[in-house]
Amino acid sequence: MPSILLVPIPPVTMERITSLRLPLQSIFDTDTVIDASIHLDIIAALDMYRNQYNSSILLASLKERFPQHEGKILGVSEVDFFVPVLTYVFGEAQLNGTVAVVSVYRLDDTLYGLPENPRRLNERLVKEAVHELGHTFGLYHCLDYDCVMHSSTTVEDIDIKRDNFCPACSRAVKRHLHARS
Amino acid sequence: METQWDILVVDDEEVMRESLAAWLREDGYAVDTASSGREAIAKTKIKDYAIYFVDLKMPGGIDGIETMMEIKHLHEDTSIIIITAYATVDTAIAAMKEGAQEYIVKPCNPEEISLLVNRIIKVKNLQRENTILRKKLTQQYSFQDIISKNSKMHDIFQLINEIASLRSTVLIHGESGTGKELIARAIHFSGDRSQKPFVSVSCAALAETLLESELFGHEKGAFTGASSQKKGKFELADEGTIFLDEIGDISTKLQMDLLRVLQEKSFYRVGGSEEVHVDVRVIAATNVNLEDAVREGQFRDDLFYRLNVINIILPPLRERREDIPLLAKNFIERLSHELSKNVADISENALKILLDYDWPGNVRELENAVERAIVTCKGRILTEEDFSFLCHNGKRKNGWHAPTNMTLAEAEKEIIAATIHRTNGNIKEAAIILGIDRSTLYDRIKRYGIER
Ligand SMILES: [Zn+2]
Ligand SMILES: [Zn+2]
Repeated sequence: MPSILLVPIPPVTMERITSLRLPLQSIFDTDTVIDASIHLDIIAALDMYRNQYNSSILLASLKERFPQHEGKILGVSEVDFFVPVLTYVFGEAQLNGTVAVVSVYRLDDTLYGLPENPRRLNERLVKEAVHELGHTFGLYHCLDYDCVMHSSTTVEDIDIKRDNFCPACSRAVKRHLHARS
Repeated sequence: METQWDILVVDDEEVMRESLAAWLREDGYAVDTASSGREAIAKTKIKDYAIYFVDLKMPGGIDGIETMMEIKHLHEDTSIIIITAYATVDTAIAAMKEGAQEYIVKPCNPEEISLLVNRIIKVKNLQRENTILRKKLTQQYSFQDIISKNSKMHDIFQLINEIASLRSTVLIHGESGTGKELIARAIHFSGDRSQKPFVSVSCAALAETLLESELFGHEKGAFTGASSQKKGKFELADEGTIFLDEIGDISTKLQMDLLRVLQEKSFYRVGGSEEVHVDVRVIAATNVNLEDAVREGQFRDDLFYRLNVINIILPPLRERREDIPLLAKNFIERLSHELSKNVADISENALKILLDYDWPGNVRELENAVERAIVTCKGRILTEEDFSFLCHNGKRKNGWHAPTNMTLAEAEKEIIAATIHRTNGNIKEAAIILGIDRSTLYDRIKRYGIER
C-alpha cells in the first residue's frame, strides 16, 4: 500500500503539519509520514510583481526532491499560492500523479476580517489536503456538493462539504490503490 | 447522462495555456491546447470543441479575433471565451460584438471561470437533450421510412399493418411525389412476403412492346434483338410483390394481359407458348383518377375492380403541412451526410417559407428543394436565402435581366458554364442547382465545349 508523505514548505509550523497526519491516515486508510528533512527553496516560486507563489513551480520541485517515492506527496505552506491564469488557488495537484500542495493562507478567517477560528481553519485545511490528494488519485471534481471532491473556489464552499469522499469517489480511490499495490 | 465535452485553450504563452488547461481538466473536461491561431484552426478541423478560450493578443500570423472568426465560420454553434489582459479590455468588448460569448481578464478569479464554464455547459447539455428528444419524436412519427404525424397518414399506417400479409391487390392513389412507392414498400416489408423480392416497374417509362417484355419476359427470337430467353418482372417477383407505378398509362392490350395475370395467376412470355405460373402480390399506383378513366372508356372497368380491392388515397403535402418541418429536418440529416456537407438545421424563417409554399411536386419536391439548399448553403443552418428559389419561382430575380440578344443555346451554355464555375467544377452540385441529371449535364458540357 503506498504511503502519504507530508512535507512542510516553510513558512509553516510543525504543529500544522502534524495536525494533518491522523485525519489523512484514517481517510485514505494508508500510512502517513512526515518528512521535514528537506528544505524547499520557495523563493524560486515567488512572483515579485504579484507577491504570490506559483504553486506549479512548487509541485515541480517537490517531485524533483522525491523521485523515488512510491506513494503520494503533499506539501503544505502558509504562503499565498497562484497559477498564472488565476488570481489565487487554495492548492494544486498533479492529476493522476504523485504530488500535491495546499496553502493555509486563504483558509484563515482573519484574512476576511473575521475573528480567529483555529478549529475551522484546521477543518478547511484537512478538506483541501484530501481534495488535492484526491486529484493525485485521478479524481475529477464531483457534482455531489458535500463530497470533498466538489470544486470549491471560496471558503464558504469548503465549509459546506464534508472532509470525506462520496461513495462513488471513495470507490475510485480504492480502485486506484488496488491498481497500484 | 454523462457527456464528455471538449475544450480548446488557445494562448501563445505556455504558462497561461497550461495552467488554464490543468484547472479545467480537474473539472473533468477533455482539454486540448494550441499555441497559435493557426494551430487552433487546424485542430478545429479535426474535432468539434464545445468551448474555446482564445487569447486576444497573439504575435505572428493571426490574432485572437481573427482566430475566433475563423473558428466561428467552421463551427458556428461553438462558444468562444476571449482571454485578455487589463490593457486590452476594450478590444475584448469589441470581440463580444463579433460573436465571443464572454471575456475573462487574466489573471482571473477562479470562481468566475468555474461559473462561466458551468453556465455554458448547462446550456449545451440542454441543447443536446433537445436534439435527442427531437430524434425520439421523429422515430415516433416514422413507419417503415415514412415520416408523418398527420392523422390521415396514421390511418394509412394502420391500414398497412392490417393488410400487409394479405394477398389482395392494392391500388394507391396520389399526386406525383407523394411517396406511393414508399407505401408499396411499407406494405411489402411489413407483411409475410418481406423476405421475398419487391419488384418495381414504372409503366409510363416504356413503350408498349418494351413494357410487355419487361413485365412478362420473352423467349429467344421473340423479336429482333431477343437473342436469349429473358425473365420478366412478374417471374422475378415470384412469391413476392410487384409494384406497378402509373398503371393508368398502360395500353388496352396490356390491360388485358394484366387482367389475365390477376385472374389466372399465369401468363405467357412474349413469343412463348408455355404457361408460366407465379404467386405475386400486385400493388398498383396512379396519379390520375382511374374512375374517370373508366368512365371515359380509357381503362377497363374489370381490371379497375380487380386492382381496387384495397384502396389507399395518399394526401398531397399541402394537406399535411404539419409534416413539413419533420420531413425537412429528416432530409437535412440524411442529405447533409450524403452530400458530405456540414448542414445541421434549418432557421425558423426558412421553415416559414417551406410552410407557406404549395408543393405541387409534394414530398419529392420538398426533398429536392432541401437538397438544392444544402448544396448552396454556406453555413451550418439553412436560411431563407437558401430557399430563395422557391419565392422567386416565376418571378424575375432581383437585379437580373434576361439577355435579348442571344440564342437559347448560347444562353444555356452561359448558364451552365457560370454554374460549373460557381461549384468549382463539381458536376454533381451543378446538376442539382440546374435541376437536370448528371448525364444531361455531361452531354451539354460536351456539346457546348464548356471548360471545367
Ligand atoms: Zn480540485
Ligand atoms: Zn464525489
